[in-house]
Amino acid sequence: MLAKRIIPCLDVKDGRVVKGINFVELRDAGDPVEQATIYDAQGADEICFLDISASPEGKATIVDIVKRTADCLFVPLTVGGGVRTVDDCRKLLEAGADKVAINTAAIRNPQLISDAAKRFGAQAIVVAIDAKKRPDGGYEIYSHGGRTPEGLDGLDWCKQMADRGAGELLLTSMDRDGTRAGYELTLTRLIADAVSIPVIASGGVGVLDHLVEGLTIGGADAVLAASIFHYGEHTIAEAKAHLRSRGVAIREPWTA
Amino acid sequence: MCYVLRVQIAVIDSGSGNLRSVQRALLAAGGQPSFTSDPEVVRKADRIVVPGQGAFGDCMSNLRSQGLDQAIAEFVAAGRPYFGICLGMQILLESSEESPEEAGLAILKGAVKRFAPSVGKVPHMGWNQILHAKPELLMAGIPERSYFYFTHSYYALPANEDAIALRCDYGGSFAAALRQDNIFACQFHPEKSQGAGLQLLRNFVTC
Repeated sequence: MLAKRIIPCLDVKDGRVVKGINFVELRDAGDPVEQATIYDAQGADEICFLDISASPEGKATIVDIVKRTADCLFVPLTVGGGVRTVDDCRKLLEAGADKVAINTAAIRNPQLISDAAKRFGAQAIVVAIDAKKRPDGGYEIYSHGGRTPEGLDGLDWCKQMADRGAGELLLTSMDRDGTRAGYELTLTRLIADAVSIPVIASGGVGVLDHLVEGLTIGGADAVLAASIFHYGEHTIAEAKAHLRSRGVAIREPWTA
Repeated sequence: MCYVLRVQIAVIDSGSGNLRSVQRALLAAGGQPSFTSDPEVVRKADRIVVPGQGAFGDCMSNLRSQGLDQAIAEFVAAGRPYFGICLGMQILLESSEESPEEAGLAILKGAVKRFAPSVGKVPHMGWNQILHAKPELLMAGIPERSYFYFTHSYYALPANEDAIALRCDYGGSFAAALRQDNIFACQFHPEKSQGAGLQLLRNFVTC
């Protein structure tokens, strides 16, 4: 049976791991390569790096970090943040990333997703989507790390990205990100049911039951979380044990 | 001075995709991988690994333009160990629904099909369990129902069911790995399958 995936996400700025609270307040918490290795050992099904560096120097650093991480990581690695062109994708994939996540650039130029999927295969292309509830119903798509509303309808946008060849959607609720109140389950279920590609739920995990909810009520194929793992509140192994106890199909750790 | 003798493995670089993780995993499994796109090197290699990403048609046309299709066929005919990963498994068959215009290596009879939408989300992406379809030396130490990492929209359908070494269930049973004589090829990615994948590669390196 295909297992649901648990994906710890590390926000990386200028080569260091940070985690935003509502994308604003940042705390420094370590070396990305070391963190990724720890998550791998704990049984993470995938690792995600989100590069939030603003400077060109920071952008160059992430390629080096991906290389060093891929050297000692034997689970899939997704890298996102500031990926703008097919060539940006190529650099990250050649450095050892298995997938690249594209957000703002897909909004500016949806053709990028078609081009990148054709070149590298759909399995390598994740579209990251930041969505926020509209007061009058539906969801608004945001760009630039959740700062700029784009006037795009969330459901339509997700369908379009799937049609253009995205292999997976990384769906973040702007309303929930950093709140620890749980995933936005209505949004997650809406999109998971509407597209034929896997959906990763993101934004808002505060307790382990939120992971269960995202995968069951939300219908997500994978759950992404950061702070709950990052500050040592829970290990990946604890999360998996909890999910298993709730009847969710989870990859058993390799013990040989 | 202590020397560790590592088994030389030629990793075919067909120009489609990242080979770094395959290289690192083979090193971790105790092998000495080197990349090649030279048909002569392939003909003389002791054992080859054929990874693959991207589209079936692109991969086949890259192999053909470099004369690698012939070299791989001769290598296999010589009876030396072939290990295919993902597209490196699919190209062994005669054709693929992904690229109907481009023939496969046709070393195995059968075709590559796209998953029907009814099976679930496509790509089939994530960790799924394997079932042994027949005894397989390379699976030594890897229990039934171990998890491997898959990411694919197409699957191999060999004409001869006996060629199936491992099965996997995704809205129905499909071939997770093929074995015919000196050929072993898997749909999943051992280089991304943590301990189980490294064990499989270790078995190949020491076979």
